[in-house]
Amino acid sequence: MTTTEHSQAPADAAPADPHRRRVLGWLSVVLGALSTVAAGVPILGYLLSPVLRTPTNEWIDLGPVEDFPEKQTRLVDFVDPLHRPWDGDSQRLAAYVRRAGPDVFQVFSVNCTHLGCPVSWFPQSGLFLCPCHGGVYYEDGSHASGPPPRGLYVLENRVANGRLSIRAGRLPTLQQPG
Amino acid sequence: MRSIVGNVVGWLDDRLGLRSAMLPILVHPVPRGLGWFYVFGSATLSMFVLQIITGICLAVVYVPSAADAYTSLEYLNTEQPLGWLLRAVHYWSATGMVVMLVCHATRVVLMGAFKYPRELTWLLGVGLLFVTLGLAFTGQVLRWDQDAYWGVGVGAAMTGRVPVIGPALVHVLLGGPNIGGETLSRFFGLHVFVLPALAILLLVPHLYLVVRQGISSRPRAGRPVDPQTYDAEYSKELAEGEPFFPYDFMKDALFSACCVLVVFALAISFGPKGPSGPPDPTLIAAEPRPDWYFLPLFALLALSPPQMETAIMLVMPVVGIAILVLLPFVAGKGERSPRRRPATVLIVLLFFAVYGVLWWLGNVAPWSPDMNAWSGTPVPEQMVKDLSPQQLQGAAVFQNKTCRNCHALDGAGGKRGPDLTTVSTRLVRDELIRQVIQGGGNMPAYGKQLSPAEVEALVSFLSTLGKPVAGAPEPADVAAGK
Ligand code: FES
Repeated sequence: MTTTEHSQAPADAAPADPHRRRVLGWLSVVLGALSTVAAGVPILGYLLSPVLRTPTNEWIDLGPVEDFPEKQTRLVDFVDPLHRPWDGDSQRLAAYVRRAGPDVFQVFSVNCTHLGCPVSWFPQSGLFLCPCHGGVYYEDGSHASGPPPRGLYVLENRVANGRLSIRAGRLPTLQQPG
Repeated sequence: MRSIVGNVVGWLDDRLGLRSAMLPILVHPVPRGLGWFYVFGSATLSMFVLQIITGICLAVVYVPSAADAYTSLEYLNTEQPLGWLLRAVHYWSATGMVVMLVCHATRVVLMGAFKYPRELTWLLGVGLLFVTLGLAFTGQVLRWDQDAYWGVGVGAAMTGRVPVIGPALVHVLLGGPNIGGETLSRFFGLHVFVLPALAILLLVPHLYLVVRQGISSRPRAGRPVDPQTYDAEYSKELAEGEPFFPYDFMKDALFSACCVLVVFALAISFGPKGPSGPPDPTLIAAEPRPDWYFLPLFALLALSPPQMETAIMLVMPVVGIAILVLLPFVAGKGERSPRRRPATVLIVLLFFAVYGVLWWLGNVAPWSPDMNAWSGTPVPEQMVKDLSPQQLQGAAVFQNKTCRNCHALDGAGGKRGPDLTTVSTRLVRDELIRQVIQGGGNMPAYGKQLSPAEVEALVSFLSTLGKPVAGAPEPADVAAGK
């Protein structure tokens, strides 16, 4: 049987050079580590790329200011400036625009600051209501009642040449509201 | 012909050595008198196998792209022959898998089967529990509809609360700065490759250990586990035991077959789940709800006091995992019988009671406003009969100012705040005014939202609620037991 051949082969061979064996051992450890790093770094980098390359919110045009009557809050939708080509419906985003004065705008993300559900605006009572756990906000976005820990997320806005633009794109969260 | 088959089988067995490898496993001795409590583990496995097969079938039609996933699900439901059935079976056997897994784990806890020498088997099982919950959550996201979209949003909002690295974690989870195509692809990768592979990686040693350490015998009061003597006692039990095949094997097979039949019956009766509305975030009338497994979590997040919420979200899972992991090391010896472990039995009962209550609350969701009540649910007729013009105007204010979204009248309307059918018996005029203007509890202050005349009208209407009118008693009062 083959077993005998196996067990006898090393005995027949010349005694191994211990130094050579040690070098071989170290080499396999070093090269093994090197190859793991070489393969691992790009893989991790690929998977973690959303952190390595954090895009900042981008300006996006919402149209002429006349579209927003004074003292009113309107829901607008727009295409996420940071969207991927295959995002489908989810490339769209919504925000509330409140024109408080002739040149004073407030733009709120629709995401509730509690756990991100979409809040609804009720012009009749001047309140935003969250359908998930009943968070309520006043018309200026400040917290009125319920579990949300703060007022609505505010998106940066500017008026130039009679047009309103906002900065949007990222999903706002408690520690990264803008 | 027979000899050809015999030759092929013989050749295969010679090369693979299956008979000598598998036969001992099949006929390995198990303690006598196991009964029917030991069937849940294999039922979980059967559900898992059904999940893999139906999952592969679904994957050959489903398109994991944010732009097309929804359409492909509708195609599966309506056009693809039997697509609806496979989607339904996949959903219901996911439910079955979670239920069986929980039964199995409960049985193991109650019978102390995690004790010496089966600690590692238990740890691998804990891993399998969390992988299964991960599969449940990621699967719900692949149903790329309104609920899935906002469900991921809720997951991201929770992740975003992790100190320091929260925002980075959110972007890793979403695969980008916002919910979109890469989010779906990440969850697809997890649901279809990573988590099933992990499940199998944990399952193989789990099953290996079940065979190697043997199935625990029925616990008997007064026979505590002592690592010094356990092995000898157990081998004695095995010596008097019976082979796993055929009788105990058949119990497992019979129960698993029943589970599969129940899954198919449920799938045919109730059909697949969803998809609900399209994943379009500009349709903000969405009222997202998690799948049933996560309803208690939904309830917990609605009910926990805001100051403690982040702690509950982030610390509770860690504590839960720690308890499960430490269990066999803290309670690895001693009595196995539930009769001698009243504390364990109580904790298990308490867990199910809490889960059940939170589940029921999550189902009813009394904290969610009824977003359409202000316009869709009129004030009951008997409440506006014989009212003065000012009181009538108050009723109109009550509806127009969306009070009804949170306050029910005669049981209809939102349940977020108290039902106001008989409010005048609880609050006098001044208290009503103060509550309306300043809010409090979970109510916003309406001081800035209402003119003084509106407050006046509203309060005069509320003051009539619960007052008997001249003539017939109001139905509401009768209901209130007056
Ligand atoms: S998500 Fe809005 S209140 Fe919880």
